Amino acid sequence: MKLYLKYFQIHLHSQMQYKVSFFLTVIGQFILSFSAFLEIYFMMTRFHTVNDFPFEEVLLCFAIVMLAFALAECFVRGFDGFSSILGNGQFDRILVRPRNIIFQVLATKIELSRIGRFIQAAIIFAYAIPRCQIIWSADKIFTLILMVISGVVVFSGLFIIYASLCFFTTEGLEFLNIFTDGGREFGKYPFSIYGEGVLKLFTYIIPLALFQYYPFLYLIGKTEDIKYMLAPLIAFLFLIPCFMLWHFGLKHYKSTGS
Amino acid sequence: MKKYLSFFRIRFNLLLQYRGAAYAGMVTQFFWGIMTLLMFHAFYEADPNAFPMTFRQLSAYIWIQQSTIALLMVWFLENDIFEEITSGGVAYSLVRPLDLYTMWFTKNAATRLAKATLRFLPILLIASLLPDPYRMSLPASGLSFICFIGAMLLALIIVVAYCMLIYIATFHTMNPMGIRLVATSMTEFFSGAIIPLAFLPTYLRTLLEWSPFGSMVNFPLQVYNGNIQGMALLQGLLLQLFWAVVLVWIGKWWMQQSLKKVIVQGG
Repeated sequence: MKLYLKYFQIHLHSQMQYKVSFFLTVIGQFILSFSAFLEIYFMMTRFHTVNDFPFEEVLLCFAIVMLAFALAECFVRGFDGFSSILGNGQFDRILVRPRNIIFQVLATKIELSRIGRFIQAAIIFAYAIPRCQIIWSADKIFTLILMVISGVVVFSGLFIIYASLCFFTTEGLEFLNIFTDGGREFGKYPFSIYGEGVLKLFTYIIPLALFQYYPFLYLIGKTEDIKYMLAPLIAFLFLIPCFMLWHFGLKHYKSTGS
Repeated sequence: MKKYLSFFRIRFNLLLQYRGAAYAGMVTQFFWGIMTLLMFHAFYEADPNAFPMTFRQLSAYIWIQQSTIALLMVWFLENDIFEEITSGGVAYSLVRPLDLYTMWFTKNAATRLAKATLRFLPILLIASLLPDPYRMSLPASGLSFICFIGAMLLALIIVVAYCMLIYIATFHTMNPMGIRLVATSMTEFFSGAIIPLAFLPTYLRTLLEWSPFGSMVNFPLQVYNGNIQGMALLQGLLLQLFWAVVLVWIGKWWMQQSLKKVIVQGG
């Protein structure tokens, strides 16, 4: 942990060297997710509800997913850029060091510019939370926090899968973006609006709905069932196959030689 | 002219080599299209009367957009050009007896065209086999199809000319990341790539339709649907032409100014 903090400091320091660029990137990140917000805003003012979810509830859902994705992207970014670590031989250096490999890959990159998304998520929370008629008892607050943490876990798992497949292909597989970027993009609405089939896909195969949809129903009071509230915990299990794939890939690793 | 055409051919052949990437891209685009349509369908069910076009027209809009995504999305920028600028490699390009603006312009247009040519047919074919409201439909009429092709070409010129401005800005900032994000992120929304401009309130819609952004994506796709016809169509095409000329002119002028000041640090 101490070592990670040290890495964190180094990344902070190095990113602060290019201040103008850093702030432009932060602003860019903000605007990027702001256009998603505009979409929701204009669609909801035109149609008022979608699948019986009003504007405020959709915003809450959007903010949760955005926060989870931003956190995952900030800290697990090393896996996202894994193909370049493999390609330039940096991974060989990682292998010879006497530290945990996953830890080292995590530490290769910490994207602080994602703070642009955090700020926006915070603003939307501040707007939506008082307006969506939820009585914030302890269990609801717990659900909200659990949703965010579980979201970070699922997105991280997806990044790890993405990296593991690089062991076999060296290049990153573009179509996995469907689940990472797509999960963020389409997760701004509760997954049920896409219909039964999509909801099942995101429940059983890629457990995005486990942290986004089911606990969300509990959060907004559509259900009292405690099972729905605890669904994010099941999503944690998603990490097991992810790590298995990672170890499987690691065993098959051959250096690119450069 | 011949030199630039050969640039075009080289880029084209180069990209045709990466077929694997094309398949992966197609799967992504297809999935994206379906998810987008399902999302719009949920809104359609909430209030069909608030829908500004028929669902079939929307399907055609989304499928054309997804299948030609490489053609009209501003964020498809050439990393080599950024690298050339920041690493100083641009000096080599400058000594060549070619106009730098035209060369980069051709490079960009060629990459976009090659990527789109590889991908658009399979996506559209599969999309036309889908069940009814989600299906890709034929153009509204022969005339609107011809105008659609013309509008797409003009849109491509506008998009590339806009991208050129981003490259040239890099001469001044040196680190392209920030300016890239800022310039590309809002464009997507303004041009109707996230939701068609018809879904926006009237004041914003009119404003964006007159801006260069509306000419990039929204206009050509609405022409295909037959939502724009007659005088409005002619007017739209002229507006596209106007923006194409203006953006190219600004780009050329700005590049000339920037190149006067460019300092290549040895190495």
